[in-house]
Order: sequence, then structure tokens, then C-alpha cells
Amino acid sequence: MATLAKKRFRLKPHHWFVLLGLTPIIAIYTYLRFIPIVKTFYISLFQWDMVSVDKPFVGLENFVILFQSDPFLTALKNTTIIAFGILIFSVPIALIIAYLLSRGIRFKSWYEAIYFLPYITPMVPVAVTWKWILDSQQGLFNYALSFFGISPKPWLLDPTLAIVSVIMLTVWKTIGYNMIIFTVGLTGISKEYYEAASIDGATGLKAFRYITIPLLKPITVFVSVITLIHGYNVFSQIYVLASDIQGSPGYVVRVLVYDMIENAFRFFNMGYASAEAVILFLIVLVLTGIQMGLAREKNRSGRRMKR
Amino acid sequence: MTKQKRLSSIIRIIVLTIGAVIMIIPFLWMISTAFKTPTELNVWPPSFIPKSFKLDNFLAVFDAVPFHLYFWNSLRMATISAVAIVFTSLLAGYIFAKFRFVGGAALFAILLATAIVPFEIYMIPLYLQMQKLDMLNNFRGLVAPYLVMSFGIFFMRQNIMQQIPDEMLEAARMEGASEWRIFFRIVAPLCKAPMSALGIFAFIEAWNAFIWPLLVVGDTKLYTMELGLAMFQSAFSIDLTVMSAGSVMSVLPILLVFIFLRKHIIESISMTGSK
Repeated sequence: MATLAKKRFRLKPHHWFVLLGLTPIIAIYTYLRFIPIVKTFYISLFQWDMVSVDKPFVGLENFVILFQSDPFLTALKNTTIIAFGILIFSVPIALIIAYLLSRGIRFKSWYEAIYFLPYITPMVPVAVTWKWILDSQQGLFNYALSFFGISPKPWLLDPTLAIVSVIMLTVWKTIGYNMIIFTVGLTGISKEYYEAASIDGATGLKAFRYITIPLLKPITVFVSVITLIHGYNVFSQIYVLASDIQGSPGYVVRVLVYDMIENAFRFFNMGYASAEAVILFLIVLVLTGIQMGLAREKNRSGRRMKR
Repeated sequence: MTKQKRLSSIIRIIVLTIGAVIMIIPFLWMISTAFKTPTELNVWPPSFIPKSFKLDNFLAVFDAVPFHLYFWNSLRMATISAVAIVFTSLLAGYIFAKFRFVGGAALFAILLATAIVPFEIYMIPLYLQMQKLDMLNNFRGLVAPYLVMSFGIFFMRQNIMQQIPDEMLEAARMEGASEWRIFFRIVAPLCKAPMSALGIFAFIEAWNAFIWPLLVVGDTKLYTMELGLAMFQSAFSIDLTVMSAGSVMSVLPILLVFIFLRKHIIESISMTGSK
């Protein structure tokens, strides 16, 4: 008993190290990440124009107004179309490219680099170039389509075509990332599977269909969720691509982040804009939940098999 | 069988090459436009080869806007961000990997959970906080959100757990090395590879940042390359050819980094994806 009492708690050198090392980082982190995230929820419950002292608590009213507001609903619809549009093109194309590359080709790393390049280049310059490529008068894209007998189209002026354009640009930009992740997954598939399958007569497309796709399922889910989350946050390319005739940026295709920024920084509806951010958060949360759920399901069935 | 194999490999090459050409066309078009004259733009059918390779458009960028300032702002923002993120991630990652303390696991779980929250979701309160500190429209406010990265902490923790055995640290302690000495002399040198991977990743993220500069920067002297270019393109007085020259110049640094560190970058991105 006496010895225990003597062992009073004292800070040892490694305690000091943890304390001194971690405190500033956690402080910065709390200030720059944690507090703003929590505050988003808090502000969304108020009606506040940023300037006035008066800041009435309105509960969930901002959310009620949101779902009755045309601009928001349009933005939600457009963003959803864009996110899923990117998903259904970017993920399968990336998978096919990764698969073809994995089957062996000369200069493989150069092919990889070329496919990957758009992903790391900044968005604004490439969007500027795409804007010019998609130009209705002298655009390269309309010129290319003319060889297939397709008449020129106002890609960036027509609201529907503008959405298609945004999807095209973003697919082009994200294929490389998705391809790399699939490549990692493909190298994880043991050659034995393919060998065993070829004995059973499954080669080429059949092997791809019955071995590659099922084994890549967790990676496909991960890539799809990441693609959707990024898709829901689409903004920069729209800011550049979809300006209307008067040049007001991002007006042809209204998306969530654009609507949010407009409400916050042009109309100073901070509460309302934060409510939009909360909706965006819920979308991300649901998507992440789906991914984690599917991953866990896979683990569980794996464990069951071991038993 | 071999014939079939050869055929399939030819098809593979054709498909991948067509794809690669499509991927690279926008870059070629950007470069080609940067060398053209405004009258050449109206030539139909469009041509990829400009009549001459004069640098007039590139020089015109500097006449139109203080492009060197944009470059400098992007460069220092990305560099400071990369250095800060690598250092904070290494230190915090090391502590979470090798020290047990009250609340450590919970703290780490919170860090990890917030990693999935996209920037767009909390940028409004962040803006208001910066406003309170009077950090809008200055460089400190511009760079502040890019000083920490939750993913970086997670990434370094994983690497340290896998690569640095406890025995090595214990041995150093027995010899009387201080904790900071162990961190700087043993942990940091052993983490060179993940540190550079994270550094490149962070540099590119900050260089490509757009929304935050758009929100907080009003003064044109503080524009980054991305912001400057976006503002530049909505101004009608500027020729598309000059605009393209600006685009080429803003892509160039990333392109050079990519050419030299190609394998390294692809590896680091695949590391970040395959958690």
C-alpha cells in the first residue's frame, strides 16, 4: 500500500514529448477542421445574414425552405445526374484500361502516365482548354463529330448538353485515378485463379467476367463511392465551363456547391447555405456508409467461410 | 492459340493507344493554341500545328496580368502546405503509432472520421473564422486550411507501425537518446519514402486549390495560378491564344514534377487509395 501511494504520477520525458508534439497539431486541427464542421450544423439552424447582430433561431426551417426552393432542387438534380454520369463512364472505362494494361503491353508505364496525367493537372487550365474544344463555332469536338455525320451542337450553351460536357470533362480527368486504384487491385489477384480458369476453358472475356470482376468488387465499391463523393462536390470545372452569355460563371449548370457559395457570399444567407452544406454532408455520409457496409459484409462472409 | 494471342494483343495495343491519344489531345490542343495567332484560330478546319512557334503569347500573359506573382503565390502556398503537412503528419502519425496515452484512440478515431468530410462542407464557418481573425485577403488566411491533413496523419501512422519496430526505439532510449532526437534522427530518416509521397500529394493538392482562394482572396496581388487563370478567362478583353499560353504555364510546373517523379507519384497515389 505504502509503495503504491509513493508512486505518484509524474510526467516522464515521453509524456512531455506526446504532450508537446501533439497539442499544437490537435489545436490547429480543432480550429481548422473540427470546429468548422460542427459549426456548419449549428449555423444551419439559424437565419443569419453575417452582418446583423440579430440571429434568430429557426430550427429546421432552412431545410424546409430548401426543399421548396427551385434553385436548390435544380442544383440537387443536376449534381446527382453529374455524379452518376461520371460514375457510369469513369469507373467501367478505368477498369477496362487497367485490365488491358495488366495483361501486358510494351511501354506500360508510359501508357499509365498518359492516362494518369489529367488527374494531377490543375482543373482551371484544362477546363479552359475544354471550353475551347467544345466551342459551338470553331470547337475541335464539333469538328471531330462532323466526320461521323453529326451536326455541330452548342455544347456549353444548351443546359442539357452542358451537363453532358461537364460529365465528359470530369470523366476524362478522373479515369487516371480510378485506373491506378484498379491496377493496385489487379496486381493483388493471384495468377493461379486465371490458370485454374483457363483449365476450365475460361479465358479472355470469360475470365474477366467470372474472375476479375467478382474479385475486384470491394475495390470497385471504393472507387465508385470516391467518384460519387467527388461528383457531388463538383465546382471548379463548372465555374469555368458553364458561364452564360453574359459571362456570369457557373450559371448554365447549377450545382450544389455553386448554389451554396451563391447563397452564402452573394445573398449572405449563411444559415440557408449551411443547411445546404449539411445536405451535402448527409449525402457523403450515406455514400460512405454504403461503402463501409459492403466492406463489412464482405469481411463477415469471409470469416464465415474460415469457420 | 498463338495466333489468337497475337490478335488479342494487337487489339489491346490499338484500344489502349486510341484511348491514350484521346487523353492527350486536350494537352496538345492547349499547347497548339498557345502558339497560334488570333486569326489562326478562325481557320477551318482546325489544325494542330501552329504556323510558327513564337513565344509572343507567353510574353503577352505577363503584359496582361502580374503572372509572376500568381506563380509565386501558388509556389509558396504549395510549398508551405507540403512542408507543414509532412511535418505535422509525421509527428502526429508517429505519436499515434508508438505511444499509448489516455484518449489517444478516441482522438485518432475523430481525426479519421473527419477525414471523409469534404472541404466544401465546412468552408463557410472556416471563412467566418478567418474573417474574425482578420485573415481574409492575406497570405496566412490563404494557406491556413492547407497546414494539416487528417489523411496524412493516418498515412504516416500506418507506415510507421509497419516499418519501424519498437525494439529499435527502445534501444535508442536505452542509449539515452532524447525523444526528440529519436524522432528527428531515427523516425524521420526511416520515413523518407512515405514523407516524399505525402509531400508530393500535398503539393499538388495545394497547387490545384481553387474554391478557397476564390472565397478568401480579393486582392489580385494574392491570386494563385488557378484563381488568376479563372478570373482571366472570364475577362473578355483577353485573347484565347494568350489564355492558352497562361494555361500552359500553369500546367507546366506540375507537368515537370510529374515527368521526373512519374513512378513515384503513381505509387504514392496508389498507396493513398489502397488504404
